Amino acid sequence: MKKYILKRFFISLITIWLIATCCFFLLRTLPGNPFATQQLLSPEMQERMMEYYGLNGPLSEQYLTFMKNLLHGDFGSSLKYTGQSVNGIIASTFPVSAQLGLQAYLISFPIGILFGIIAARNRGRTIDYSLVAFSVLGVSVPVFVLASLLQYIFAIKLQILPVALWSSMKHTILPTITLAIGSIASKTRLMRTLMLEVITEDYVKTAKAKGLPAWKIVWNHQIRNAIIPMIPSLGMEIVSILMGSFVVEQIYSVPGIGAYFVNSVRSLDYTMTLGLTVFLAIFVVTANFIIDLIYGLVDPRIRVTK
Amino acid sequence: MSAITSKDFTPLPKERDMTDVIVRPSVSYWKDVFRRIRSDKVAVVSFTFILLISLMAIFAPIVCQYGYDTTSMGQGNLSPSSEHWFGTDSLGRDLWARVWVGARISLLIGLCGAIVPQIVGIVLGGVAGYFGGWLDMLIMRIIDIGACIPSLIYVTLIMLYFGSGPAAIVLAIAMSFWMDSARVVRGRMLQFKNREFVLAAKTQGASSFRVIFRHILPNILGQQVVSVSSAIPSAIFLEAYLSFIGLGVASPMTSWGQLCQLGASFYRLYPYQLFIPGAFISVTILAFYLFGNCLRDALDPHLRD
Amino acid sequence: MKEHLLDVRDLRVSFDTYAGEVQAVRGISFHLDLGETLAIVGESGCGKSVSMQTMMRLLPMPPARLKSGEILFEGKDLALLTDKEMEDYRGKEFAMIFQDSMTSLNPTMRVGNQMCEGIMRHQKVSKEEAKKIAIDMLAQVGIPNPEAAFRHYPHTMSGGQRQRVMIAMALSCNPKILIADEPTTALDVTMQAQILDIMNKLKKTYDTAIILITHDLGVVAQMADRIAVMYAGEIMEAGSAREIFYQPSHPYTWGLLGAMPNMIQDVKSELYTIPGTPPDLYAPPVGCPFAARCEYAMEACLKEEPPKFVTDGGHVSRCWLHDERAPEVTPPAGIPALKKGVKVDE
Repeated sequence: MKKYILKRFFISLITIWLIATCCFFLLRTLPGNPFATQQLLSPEMQERMMEYYGLNGPLSEQYLTFMKNLLHGDFGSSLKYTGQSVNGIIASTFPVSAQLGLQAYLISFPIGILFGIIAARNRGRTIDYSLVAFSVLGVSVPVFVLASLLQYIFAIKLQILPVALWSSMKHTILPTITLAIGSIASKTRLMRTLMLEVITEDYVKTAKAKGLPAWKIVWNHQIRNAIIPMIPSLGMEIVSILMGSFVVEQIYSVPGIGAYFVNSVRSLDYTMTLGLTVFLAIFVVTANFIIDLIYGLVDPRIRVTK
Repeated sequence: MSAITSKDFTPLPKERDMTDVIVRPSVSYWKDVFRRIRSDKVAVVSFTFILLISLMAIFAPIVCQYGYDTTSMGQGNLSPSSEHWFGTDSLGRDLWARVWVGARISLLIGLCGAIVPQIVGIVLGGVAGYFGGWLDMLIMRIIDIGACIPSLIYVTLIMLYFGSGPAAIVLAIAMSFWMDSARVVRGRMLQFKNREFVLAAKTQGASSFRVIFRHILPNILGQQVVSVSSAIPSAIFLEAYLSFIGLGVASPMTSWGQLCQLGASFYRLYPYQLFIPGAFISVTILAFYLFGNCLRDALDPHLRD
Repeated sequence: MKEHLLDVRDLRVSFDTYAGEVQAVRGISFHLDLGETLAIVGESGCGKSVSMQTMMRLLPMPPARLKSGEILFEGKDLALLTDKEMEDYRGKEFAMIFQDSMTSLNPTMRVGNQMCEGIMRHQKVSKEEAKKIAIDMLAQVGIPNPEAAFRHYPHTMSGGQRQRVMIAMALSCNPKILIADEPTTALDVTMQAQILDIMNKLKKTYDTAIILITHDLGVVAQMADRIAVMYAGEIMEAGSAREIFYQPSHPYTWGLLGAMPNMIQDVKSELYTIPGTPPDLYAPPVGCPFAARCEYAMEACLKEEPPKFVTDGGHVSRCWLHDERAPEVTPPAGIPALKKGVKVDE
């Protein structure tokens, strides 16, 4: 087990370093001048700006400074918003995004698993077909269409929920549901498949042969074994919820990190893109590392063999 | 009932044909797959839809009286009518024409975005699985680390670096999808590498090349066809997403995702500008998705629901 | 007629598949008494496992379907019970062990807990007592250090140990009938003998009746009191172990016995094989299912399914050769001449 944790930790570290390095070099060697769009700046001013942001030294020197800052937890500063550091933006926006993501995550996981179990247990009946239909539709409708559609129906036509912004619990309902639906749909589908696979396993037959009541077989022998392979998908789900949240935040005007990220990409704010990308990468990689550990703890086969 | 008489007790000739009497009609694998798909209503409907959309994407812009990039002042934001079937956008461009031109890009990216990473995955996964050793080690480590990197990051970087355009999108999609198929192919390769028929081929002196292409690949390919068909909707989805956050194809060229992005800004006034292309994306993804499922079931009836 | 512990009559099971109905079990009847071992022998796919799993109601229905038949256990027809009522019989009166002990044990549960589940369900005891019973059973099947084994996960044990756990688990509630579905097939030969010894020993201790499903006639010879030979969903021949081994009277049984390597046999003689493969039960043949592969087949065999013929006391065989009108045949070397029988109506 110790070896397994160490190995995972090592891979995570390398991954973060690799991402930071690649991002740095790719973004710094991008063609074009980040200040060229601001026509008001004279060439001398541009030169001075470059110097101010440390963009004119040799690349290797810039890289070392960047890495050193990164080790101290400094993600750099924005080129466009004068005086704004990436750390400041993260501090003010990430909690909002985290709340949104966490709410969606916490809703989707139990509901998705429950739906999957219900569908598998009632295989071939109406309830199974309706849940499968829901899950197929849920993964087919892009999140931005869904977000606009829900906003249109519930906020504009029915006017029962706020259209946008993020000032009360009520404001969080629509964005959370939007994000959760896609996630519930994919969880439902995965859990249903896993449950159907487990149902045909021999040990379920053994459990049945012991005369255990149906609920006990479902709980101890089916759900237990079907959920374990779900755990790695928790990590992938973080990324897909993160990606979804960028769009959702934009449509519902949620002051989260996603809007800043998308804007920085659109407005060629390289240093901000770099800082936010590295931050998000660290977040996702850390989350995956933790999930891997949980997986190792839960599945006795990994605990022993790896 | 007992119609057995004493003369029935004559022995049958000993040299008669004792080989199996095959009762089930014998059909070849692909014929059987085809038959199963044809008898599956969902598969037929979704395939017909896909075919229809593809044909429209090819021919509709040609016969349409409006160009997809012809702007016309004073004709902006018209609701759908007999003149402009899907209405016009804020610059007065005909949305019917734009939707079908957008379909070309979306479908093309969907197709290439599914096939390119699959080919890369088959080659790298196959090499890793078949030859093993340090090559396998290297490729698997790359995948181990690559899988930890959120696909969003590749995609953003590639799109920024190469600029927006269909090729860059396909590259971005390929970067994030190839690892899964490489892993699967490697696993299947390992599984088949030591199967008896492969050993038999090797003992007869078949070259590695022949073993891979004649004996192992045909066994793997079926599954990979399925995974291509299930990757198409994901690729269309990713393209739409990228276009929506502004990283997609550049105007005046368009795609469904980009149409949605443009429509989204004014959708409270002109909902059709968002929901028409949105519906096209959703239904097309749905059709590909359902067809992919049917194909998987047809190729491997054991998995059938 | 005296009541048997288990009396199965005319059991028919079909699977409804996309291709149509597959008649996996086509009317088998057998009985079992306390403390007796019945071996059901046959090639894979002949319906031996399916019939047992139908009795235990372990098959998913659909696609499986019990078409007809009575399963009388101590005079009570199990086929009429609800699924809920059946739970009281499974594990308590009938226990089952399967071929592959790796997949038959839940990989994410400690073996001890898996054993306790059944004990607590049927014996209505506390967790501690269940643990005591489980550890005692583990000791009885010869697992060294049973307290430690109790806390193991299945994948940390060897195949033989896992199969011992399966046996301990099955016998922990003192069932009257133990159904062993190919219990030794997945094990190597030395382990096979040990497992069979344990089963025989425990059978004597608890007076359990065993139904042994196998295709290994060597195992049958070590264990069985009576034998039923199944082919294509039917019992072709049934009788005491002695009768089947020394007076086999169905050409299929001759084939099976001939296909078994024999140490006494002349080393130079070639091992016998039965040509062809069993019929597809998707469309079973009209006459005798074995006719297509039978050396002794007659016109009658293709026309009508042979009835049961009784040759000696309990020795039953389904073959037209036992009919008075059939010509005399010479069985393969080493097998005594065929006896004519009396047709019995079903």
